[in-house]
Amino acid sequence: MAGKTLTSSGRRTGTVPTQGFHWWQSKQIQQRFWRIVALIIILIGAAVILVPFLWMLTTALKTETETYAIPPKWIPDRLMWNNFPDALRLLPFGTFFRNSAVITFGSMLGALLSSSIVAYAFARLRAPERDVLFIILLATLMLPGQVTLIPLYLLFNKMGWVNTYYPLILPAYFGGGAFNVFLLRQFFMTVPLEMDDAAKIDGCGFFSIYWRLILPLSKPALGTVAIFHFMGHWNDFFTPLIYLNDVDKYTVSLGLAFFSGGGLSSGRLEWLMAASVVALLPCLILFFLAQRMFIQGIVITGVKG
Amino acid sequence: MAVTVPKQSGVQTRKEAWAFRLFVSPWLLGFVLFTLGPMIASFVIAMMRWNMVAAPVFVGLENYQLAFSDPLFWKSLKVTLIYSFASVPMGLVLGLFVAVLMNQKIPAMNVFRTIYYLPAVVSGVAVAILWQLMFNSQWGVINTLLRSVFDVKGPKWLLDESWVLPAFIVMSLWGIGGGMVIYLAGLQSVPTDLYEAAELDGAGPFKRFLYVTLAWISPVIFFNLIMGIIGSFQSFTNSYIMTSGGPNNASLFYLLYLYQNAWQYFKMGYASALAWIAFVIIMALTVVVIRSSPAWVYYESGRGR
Repeated sequence: MAGKTLTSSGRRTGTVPTQGFHWWQSKQIQQRFWRIVALIIILIGAAVILVPFLWMLTTALKTETETYAIPPKWIPDRLMWNNFPDALRLLPFGTFFRNSAVITFGSMLGALLSSSIVAYAFARLRAPERDVLFIILLATLMLPGQVTLIPLYLLFNKMGWVNTYYPLILPAYFGGGAFNVFLLRQFFMTVPLEMDDAAKIDGCGFFSIYWRLILPLSKPALGTVAIFHFMGHWNDFFTPLIYLNDVDKYTVSLGLAFFSGGGLSSGRLEWLMAASVVALLPCLILFFLAQRMFIQGIVITGVKG
Repeated sequence: MAVTVPKQSGVQTRKEAWAFRLFVSPWLLGFVLFTLGPMIASFVIAMMRWNMVAAPVFVGLENYQLAFSDPLFWKSLKVTLIYSFASVPMGLVLGLFVAVLMNQKIPAMNVFRTIYYLPAVVSGVAVAILWQLMFNSQWGVINTLLRSVFDVKGPKWLLDESWVLPAFIVMSLWGIGGGMVIYLAGLQSVPTDLYEAAELDGAGPFKRFLYVTLAWISPVIFFNLIMGIIGSFQSFTNSYIMTSGGPNNASLFYLLYLYQNAWQYFKMGYASALAWIAFVIIMALTVVVIRSSPAWVYYESGRGR
């Protein structure tokens, strides 16, 4: 992590203790002591956070009798890798993955295109009504989704779009989310205006400035939007739940809920956990691949992912 | 945004304004179609009795009256508020605590930050299933650990009316890493000279933490507080998967009750009224937090969000 770190006590180290001071009164030693205490607490916390993941993974590799063992076995006698294909065979998980991918990437494209062009307009183009519209955009950030939920459902139902992917993909093409617009606008405003002027002299119109100058310069910000979009939509449960009815249209989340609640896993915890591990993998892999971008994105936006 | 561009003719200004309108039109259209329109519609539907089969009947404020005399409405409101008032402040304090510890020049801070952030990456159905199994009173990992480490007989958690909400609160604390990463970034942005000035003024470590550190990151805390309150009214997946609102509606979260009314009993009017009540409560809570903010949120001029 770049940037200065600072101890919260903020003491400057290196002060020489005057005579009559005991060694424990030395600021350096005190500081080291507190740092060790902090490290121990952090280690315990990290262990607590990792236990569920560990338990999930080992349960996925146990035999049926081992999963119910009291006291529980932490490490199975034999690693049952077969649990994975066995669990995934019970339902068309391959189809679920494809469906989730279609929805997530289909809406991601819309969110990227749409939020970036709107953000460009708010960051760069002047119009009398711009500030009023921007305030409205910010206000929608605070709007809890419940209020629009039912009319939207009724609207999409009327259009015959229930049990299709349209309600899950299409809205992203209309603005791409107020939050993304806000994030991209903040980023675009850091691009020097002189570059726009240079492009204008070269004969670029507003659209080509956006397309050929701003977008290529904003890859990190666009990446952040894409990653947050992926996490949000891959894990989303509520929207697919209300719009999708047929099992072959289910997303991974819906399929997993169906698998767990519908008695399909027939109480076989190892299958349930194996399927859950597989469902979590895309987000985990993406997180580890794009960790730096991720943390920076959270820090820039100040919002949880 | 103060922009100084060489003199522009009226034609160019008008051209720019029209480009602005063209570029924001996707968002504006989306705002009217998917936000403003549905909001108005929701307000009207809330005054109807409508089961989607028979024609809607105008009933005025009957749905609101029904809600106020509906014990389940009160129950779900109570559940959501208890959860919110327990999990949001606890998560905030704990997240801040870990962030302060991690800010002490801890070795391998990046690794720990990744570990703490992991739960925030994997929310959703798979995690709900995992915790459902972990909370099992006989072979679940939580009670097993309580028995083997502390020699305590754990409660029945999700099956016990008085323990089901504490279970959800414990689960929410698992995800403090999301907030922690933001606080950590805030802590690292505190200017060193502020500490030095405070130390010169004779402020001890505690006062420095209170008046420098906390004051500096108070806008971040403020923002997370509001988002946390709104978030608990959106809480759905965990209660849907883990308890279906039980036992005896002790975990009937607000959105779950709204969902049941709309998509299980098809009371579209009643559910819309519930959505509006939630909207008013969230707005009221937000206003209270914002009104109280001058007392405890510090904005350096030009640093305001």
